[in-house]
Amino acid sequence: MTHPLTPGVAAGRLTTEEIEANFADLHPPLDQHEAHVAADRCYFCHDAPCITACPTDIDIPLFIRQISTGQPEAAARTILEQNILGGMCARVCPTETLCEQACVREMAEGKPVEIGRLQRFATDAMMTRQGHPFVRAAATGKHVAVVGAGPAGLACAHRLAMKGHKVTIYEAKEKPGGLNEYGLAAYKTTDDFAAREVDWLLGIGGIEIAYGRMLGGDLSLDALREGHDAVFLGIGLGAVNALEMPGDAEAANAVDFIAALRQAGDLRALPVGRNVVVIGGGMTAVDAAVQARLLGAENVTLAYRRDRDRMGASKFEQDLAASKGVRIISNVMPVALEDGTMVLEYTADVDGRLQGTGERIELPADQVLRAIGQMLVPLGDLGLERGKIAVAGAGRSGIAGVWAGGDCTPGEDLTVVAVAEGRDAAEDIHAALMQA
Amino acid sequence: MADLTTNFLGISSPNPFWLASAPPTDKEYNVRRAFEAGWGGVVWKTLGEEGLPVVNVNGPRYGAIYGADRRLLGLNNIELITDRPLEVNLEEMARVKADYPDRALIASIMVPCEEAAWKAILPRVAETGADGIELNFGCPHGMSERGMGSAVGQVPEYIEMVTRWCKQNYDRPVIVKLTPNITDIRKPATAARNGGADAVSLINTINSITSIDLDNFAPEPTIDGKGSHGGYCGPAVKPIALSMVSEIARNPETRGLPISGIGGVTTWRDAAEFIALGAGNVQVCTAAMTYGFKIVEEMKRGLSEWMDEKGFARVEDFVGMAVPNVTDWQYLNLNYVTKARIDQEACIKCGRCYAACEDTSHQAIAMTPDRTFEVIDAECVACNLCVDVCPVENCISMERLAAGAVDPRTGRVVQEDYANWTTHPNNPMAPQAAE
Ligand SMILES: Cc1cc2nc3c(=O)[nH]c(=O)nc-3n(C[C@H](O)[C@H](O)[C@H](O)COP(=O)(O)OP(=O)(O)OC[C@H]3O[C@@H](n4cnc5c(N)ncnc54)[C@H](O)[C@@H]3O)c2cc1C
Ligand SMILES: Cc1cc2nc3c(=O)[nH]c(=O)nc-3n(C[C@H](O)[C@H](O)[C@H](O)COP(=O)(O)O)c2cc1C
Ligand code: SF4
Repeated sequence: MTHPLTPGVAAGRLTTEEIEANFADLHPPLDQHEAHVAADRCYFCHDAPCITACPTDIDIPLFIRQISTGQPEAAARTILEQNILGGMCARVCPTETLCEQACVREMAEGKPVEIGRLQRFATDAMMTRQGHPFVRAAATGKHVAVVGAGPAGLACAHRLAMKGHKVTIYEAKEKPGGLNEYGLAAYKTTDDFAAREVDWLLGIGGIEIAYGRMLGGDLSLDALREGHDAVFLGIGLGAVNALEMPGDAEAANAVDFIAALRQAGDLRALPVGRNVVVIGGGMTAVDAAVQARLLGAENVTLAYRRDRDRMGASKFEQDLAASKGVRIISNVMPVALEDGTMVLEYTADVDGRLQGTGERIELPADQVLRAIGQMLVPLGDLGLERGKIAVAGAGRSGIAGVWAGGDCTPGEDLTVVAVAEGRDAAEDIHAALMQA
Repeated sequence: MADLTTNFLGISSPNPFWLASAPPTDKEYNVRRAFEAGWGGVVWKTLGEEGLPVVNVNGPRYGAIYGADRRLLGLNNIELITDRPLEVNLEEMARVKADYPDRALIASIMVPCEEAAWKAILPRVAETGADGIELNFGCPHGMSERGMGSAVGQVPEYIEMVTRWCKQNYDRPVIVKLTPNITDIRKPATAARNGGADAVSLINTINSITSIDLDNFAPEPTIDGKGSHGGYCGPAVKPIALSMVSEIARNPETRGLPISGIGGVTTWRDAAEFIALGAGNVQVCTAAMTYGFKIVEEMKRGLSEWMDEKGFARVEDFVGMAVPNVTDWQYLNLNYVTKARIDQEACIKCGRCYAACEDTSHQAIAMTPDRTFEVIDAECVACNLCVDVCPVENCISMERLAAGAVDPRTGRVVQEDYANWTTHPNNPMAPQAAE
């Protein structure tokens, strides 16, 4: 039988019970009593800073007060009016850098109101019975194409459907959800929540998803513009940066590793190295490293080329990695991967440029995962800004009738930001279509 | 260490914390445990006439009002006087008193408003060795419909009459417990004094309906689809009780009449406040019913600690010390001018002061885009609302403008001398200065 010390890359390092415990909900749901205690802590601030800090501008004090007055479903409606993926955001938002960082009780006591978990309490109350709270406006006769069924595309489609437009989502993959389905850490979204949430969202009606349809493949932007009144692109970042070193071909993409993990029916069947090295310093790197440990890898090292405080992963994520036994080495860059050994070189910042110091360290590496950033797959004549689709206002691209939002446009790569951009683009599309 | 021993009406108890007549004092088992826990005295659950006892409802008796974190702020009850036979209570009282001679044991009594009824029960109570009696003229439900409790307490003549009967037929201290369900508490207190009462105790519970069940459209607690008003008590009623106690302490007709303070006493601080307003001791019910007998420990330690800090050796050293400072509105110094001050270090930027002042008061707080809140002296009337709504204690305070300073709101120089409404030029009743 394999176990954590089995050499090489192997499946079944842990028992089923260990796997279940490891991949349980990171932030378990609050029960009713806990939710009331947590809700009572909100001060109902004037012009509340938490609202400002939320990319989707959820009226947080209002929904918390609705929980404390005994109406969690009404609270959910307040949330979902602004953020149709409020259920997923409650699970995956880095609240420590968003609403909860702004909460005045963070300043007062270092303990913010648990906004994320309260949001989950409210949205769960509604979604456990799959009740859909919104109805469509009268049909407008307009038809909008949305490319990509990730958070940006779904938020855009839902808002458009609510306004009475007909929406077709063209999705390259066989499942909806984008990174909700393939990317987010398994312990943040358990029990197939991503798929359930999409089902629930589609309850609005008027949205059709065409799977296996790929823009740049069987679909062209011109054809889409031709056949629809407007087009929204929510295609995310499909390509991955490579490591410039000998042996890069031996390494794998962290996002592919995570996607396989998210789609695995039985996590025990998923092979993982005894010694794993993850290159990178963002959320993806942390998620890959943590999940490798949770699958039973004995040694997982996260190697980041700059100082810890420059890492894209928040302090909370770094601490989570440390608590799961991931070793974080900072100020090292990859030099080569050869014969199961990862060679790293220490770095120093010399006049603002990162340089190797000559000092090297070697780590045994059965599996190396690269997580040094995703890139846009270039698409035709769309203007770019910092490698992403350039947009003005609420997601207007340089091409008339084409909007874009989410990871494929500039801005922070977060689920909640994608939702906000999808929603705002939908409002802009609606305004444009109704004017015409 | 301060000595908490009190001597109320000649009845000694090791501390001023008595349990009020209520479920905590309804039987021997409870009272023994209360004494073991350290309570200074008890007023036994109100006794009724000889014969078949009253019956209580068999459904819920209590309703509640909560603050944050389900902290009980107010309790409402529809319980009656003791529903156990008189002789059982009397036997138990005698046994307990014999075993705890150092603790105060008072019998609370409610019998019909006829002299014979009082004459019948008083000797039997005397036999138990109880230290005194308390006349329950307060119960607002159940008993009042039978012409007892607050039905008597609302008629000063009855209070005086019954008190007199008791003084004639009983030789130990008589305390008259007053109902707050009247317009002017001084009237029943005066009647009690005229009848010869040794003390008054107040308040009993306040008529109340705590909530309505919105599914059944009935008051809570609901008994088979119906509810009735009950008596309100707990922290929420303390302000009402304090005010009533102060009125009796200040009133020339009742000044000096000993008072046992009741109503929302939950901590040592509440007790100290009642005593400062003239109470010789306090009685507690809801706090014990909420937290158990052990809270008396916090009350005793807290009071003793505070007395040490203040240099009070005995409780009577500060009885009534706040009474001279309770005055009528018209005598408040109108030359005392203050302004709100926000401690920027302590401020957590919640903005509640701003919302309160901007929306509902005087638009005297300015807010900057970075959420700094500053008081605009030219608008601040010193109402104190910002202080009251601020979640951080001492973050906002009221600072007095020194004499000679100009109040930017009125443009007037703050005067050194005291001046009140009685002489204010805007007061049509004020004596006019001679032309
Ligand atoms: C490993 C990982 C972990 C993360 N963890 C978090 C987290 O904890 N919290 C958080 O807030 N954010 C997290 N993120 C970021 C978050 O997932 C993204 O910001 C968010 O999913 C972006 O949404 P999107 O709709 O823009 O793109 P995506 O979610 O990438 O969705 C794009 C969709 O478009 C489809 N598509 C792409 N190209 C085409 C095409 N040419 N034709 C048709 N369809 C196409 C894709 O198949 C996909 O369904 C994480 C990201 C990763 C990679
Ligand atoms: C600062 C303040 C001033 C008030 N002034 C008046 C008043 O002038 N006239 C009046 O009839 N009631 C007055 N009230 C009483 C209120 O109208 C109301 O009856 C009372 O506050 C109870 O309601 P609430 O506690 O639910 O707010 C005042 C209340 C407050 C708090
Ligand atoms: S900042 Fe915190 S306390 Fe203030 S409204 Fe938001 S959640 Fe409530």
